[in-house]
Amino acid sequence: MTAQLLTFYLFSGVILISSLMVISTKNPVHSVLFLILSFLNAAGLFVILHAEFLAMILIIVYVGAVAVLFLFVVMMLDFKTSINKDNILQYIPIGILIGVVFIAELIIVLINTKFDLSNIQVLPNPLSDFTGKSNTEAIGSVLYTDYILYFQLSGVILLVAMIGSIVLTLREREGVKRQVVSEQLQRQGKINLVDVKSGKGVDI
Amino acid sequence: MIELNQFLILSALLFAIGVIGIFLNRKNVIIILMSIEIILLSVNLNLIAFSYFLNDLTGQIFSLFVLTVAAAEAAIGLAILVIYNRNAGNIEIEKINALKG
Repeated sequence: MTAQLLTFYLFSGVILISSLMVISTKNPVHSVLFLILSFLNAAGLFVILHAEFLAMILIIVYVGAVAVLFLFVVMMLDFKTSINKDNILQYIPIGILIGVVFIAELIIVLINTKFDLSNIQVLPNPLSDFTGKSNTEAIGSVLYTDYILYFQLSGVILLVAMIGSIVLTLREREGVKRQVVSEQLQRQGKINLVDVKSGKGVDI
Repeated sequence: MIELNQFLILSALLFAIGVIGIFLNRKNVIIILMSIEIILLSVNLNLIAFSYFLNDLTGQIFSLFVLTVAAAEAAIGLAILVIYNRNAGNIEIEKINALKG
């Protein structure tokens, strides 16, 4: 057993166990932490597959942004979970059934099929000529040329998501005093300048 | 040497775990969002495995876009969750039945 295979089994075992824990723990905070563990090990698998850039992106975007966002929401919302055990047990048979059928179908197909990738005709494109380039360099040389439209479109998607989540969560609070600059600037007619004699004071 | 089938079986198992998570979970919606993230992770694993074994970068590019859309989806989903929790007071799945569906 080579070191590569050993690493693969280590990473995949941790991924499977931690994602099982994600869906089975009672505490949502533990779920998020196991999700982070799962993503970190998936990044390790990506490194095995020579996709170093995506591994780093996975750590930065998922662990650094999405999982922390989940953690914020879980910690700030006060979940009052009052589900009794019977309700949970009610859904276990159908869940297990669907899961077993799903796994069985996929595994049967995958075990019986030996993918012979040498026969597959990859479409002739300039994407496979990357010998001597690092993974990041190769992705960059493709992403900004051939896939520029999709790249910009994904930027638009992120912008829409940002605006959408801000608009959704923004709310006007009642009874909060705010500074309104335009009203302040329009007060000039109401200002009364008084020339105060020294030592006498002034009546207002 | 690792074969393609090992990665495919791993990602099939991950996908199934995500689907089971959606079905089993009755506590709060946030676990369902996490299950969706697990499913997207398995899809990414599939794409990158094929990209490596076919020696073609397109899978990695596609995986990058999947990551982008997943991040946007998580942000929107959590925002909806926050405002629902503000309006209804809880996010238990059994009690989200305003549409009487």
